[in-house]
Amino acid sequence: MALDIYAEEMISHYEHPHNKGKLEKPDIMLHENNPVCGDEMTVYCRIENGILKEVSFDGEGCAISVGTASMLTDFAKGKSLEEIERMDFNTIKELIGIDPGPARVKCATLALKTLKGCAFLYQHKDIDIATKEL
Amino acid sequence: MLEVNKVRKDFPILDVMYDGKRITYLDSAATSQKPVQVIDRVSEYYRNYNSNIHRGIYKISEKATEEYISSKEKAAKLINSGSYSEIVYTKNATDAINLVAASWGNKNIGKGDHILITEMEHHSNIVPWQMLAERKGAVLDYVSVDKSTYTLDEQSLEMGLENNPKIFAFTHTSNVLGTINDAKRLTKMAHKAGAAVLLDGAQSVPHMKVDVNEIGADFIAFSSHKMLGPAGIGVLRAGRDVLEKMDPLITGGDMILSVEKHKSTWNSLPWKFEAGTPNVEGGIGFGAAIDYLNMIGLDDIRRHEIELTKYAIESLEGEKGLHIYGPDRLDIKGGIVSFSIDRAHPHDIATIFDSFGIAIRAGHHCAMPLVKSVLELPAVARMSFYLYNDEEEVDQAVQAIKKVKEIFHVG
Ligand SMILES: Cc1ncc(COP(=O)(O)O)c(C=O)c1O
Repeated sequence: MALDIYAEEMISHYEHPHNKGKLEKPDIMLHENNPVCGDEMTVYCRIENGILKEVSFDGEGCAISVGTASMLTDFAKGKSLEEIERMDFNTIKELIGIDPGPARVKCATLALKTLKGCAFLYQHKDIDIATKEL
Repeated sequence: MLEVNKVRKDFPILDVMYDGKRITYLDSAATSQKPVQVIDRVSEYYRNYNSNIHRGIYKISEKATEEYISSKEKAAKLINSGSYSEIVYTKNATDAINLVAASWGNKNIGKGDHILITEMEHHSNIVPWQMLAERKGAVLDYVSVDKSTYTLDEQSLEMGLENNPKIFAFTHTSNVLGTINDAKRLTKMAHKAGAAVLLDGAQSVPHMKVDVNEIGADFIAFSSHKMLGPAGIGVLRAGRDVLEKMDPLITGGDMILSVEKHKSTWNSLPWKFEAGTPNVEGGIGFGAAIDYLNMIGLDDIRRHEIELTKYAIESLEGEKGLHIYGPDRLDIKGGIVSFSIDRAHPHDIATIFDSFGIAIRAGHHCAMPLVKSVLELPAVARMSFYLYNDEEEVDQAVQAIKKVKEIFHVG
C-alpha cells in the first residue's frame, strides 16, 4: 500500500480528533481493543428514540484507528441504530477514501466495531455480546 | 571482513521485486532470511533421500538419519557443547523453554520456591514460568531493568538472588533493547546462590559466538529460523546428567527403548525427548544453516552488525523527535535498534516504512512487561540487522524516518 492512507485529512483528524473524550452519563458505552497493535478504544453513546444523538470515543491508538474514529463518529451522529447496524467495512472505505489493506484493517475498523457493539448492546441488553460477530 | 555484497547474492529473496522495489529486510530478529545453500539442502533431501529416520534399513533412510544426526553434531560444536546427545531438537526456543519449565520445573520447583527472571524477557521466557509458579505455588521474581543504561539493575539482581531461587532464566540478548547480558558472570552469580540457569539464546546464538561450556549455563534454548535455517526446529541444550533426570513430556514412538503392556523404558539421549517422527527436513536444513554461518564466521558477523548499528545510530543522531531505546555501548548491544517518533504511532511508522519497501516490526515484540512497564510505551518500532544488511539499507531507513516526520509534522 502506498502512503495514500495518510492523506492530510486523516492526519488532521488524528492530530485534532473530533468527538474525543468521555461522554457524561452515556446510555451505552463499550471498550474494545486490538491486541495486535495495542490500540484501545471506548465508545460512548447517548441515544434518543433509536437515534444516536451524541457519540464520543476515547483511547490510545495509531493515526488510522484514531483518524477513522474521528471521521466515523462525525458520520454516525444523527443516524438511527438500524443504520449503524448496517454499516460495514465499505462504510469505512468510503469514509477514508481508501482500502487500508490487510495489515491495517483492524486499526481502521476498531471504532466501527466498538460503535456497532454499542448499538447492538443497547437493543439487546440480554444477549451476550461475546457470541455475536460484529 | 564480511563481504556483504557477496553474502547478499546467496539470499534469493533479496532480489525479489515487490511493486517495482526490492525488499529491504530489517526484521531479522523476528525471523531471518535463508541462503540458497539452506534452500538447496532441504530441497535435495526432498528430491533425493526423503524418508523416515532411525528405523529404515535401506540406503536413503540411513542417509537421512546420518544427515539429521550430523546437524545435531554441528549444533553441539557451534555452541561448544559436548556430544550431540545433549542437543534436543524442539519446535523452537519457546518449545525448549516450555520443556524445561514443565519437565525440570515440575520435578524441582516446590511450594514457596523462588523462580527468577528479568523484565527484559520475551513472553516465551515469562509465561512458562508464570504457569509453573501457579501450578506449584512458587514465587516468580523479576530483575528490573535500569532505564538509564537499559541493562539489568545490579541491585535488583542481587536482591533477586538473595531469595535463593531454584532457577534464574534470562535472555542473552534482548530482542527489544539489543542489550547483551554478561551470561558468564550472571551464571556464576546464580550458581553461587544455588540456582540453575536457563539462558535464552534466541537472539544471541545467531549473531555471535556463544560458548555454553565457558558460560556454564545449565540450559540454553534457541531457534533455527532466526539463524538462517528452517522454521519448526529449535534446540534445548543441557548436560547429560540434567537431561537423564528429566522426564519426557511427549511420549510415543521413537522415544522408547521398549514398551510392555503397562510400562516402558526410555530411549537414550537425546531421543527420549523427541517422540514421533521429527522434523527431518528442518534438522537437515538447520545443519546447512550452521555450515553457512561457520563459512562466513560468527565473529565477522558480529563485527558487521556492530558496524551497521553504529552507522544507523550515527545517521540518526540529532534527529528531532526520534528516541532510541537500548544501551549506548556497542560492545553490549546486538544489531537491534528500537525507536519511537513523537506523535507517530509505531504501527504508522511500520506502514510508512513498508511504502518504501522496508520491513520493520512494530508492537510490543512479545515483551509486554518491558515495553509497557519499563519503557512505558504502548509499542515501539524496531529495526534489526543481520549479515546480509548493508549501509544503503540503513540510508533507506533514515529516509523513511524523515518521511514519517514529514507526515506527522514532527520537528
Ligand atoms: C529473546 C527471544 N526469546 C525467545 C524467542 C522465541 O523464539 P521462537 O518464537 O522461535 O520460539 C524470541 C523470538 O522472537 C526472542 O526474541
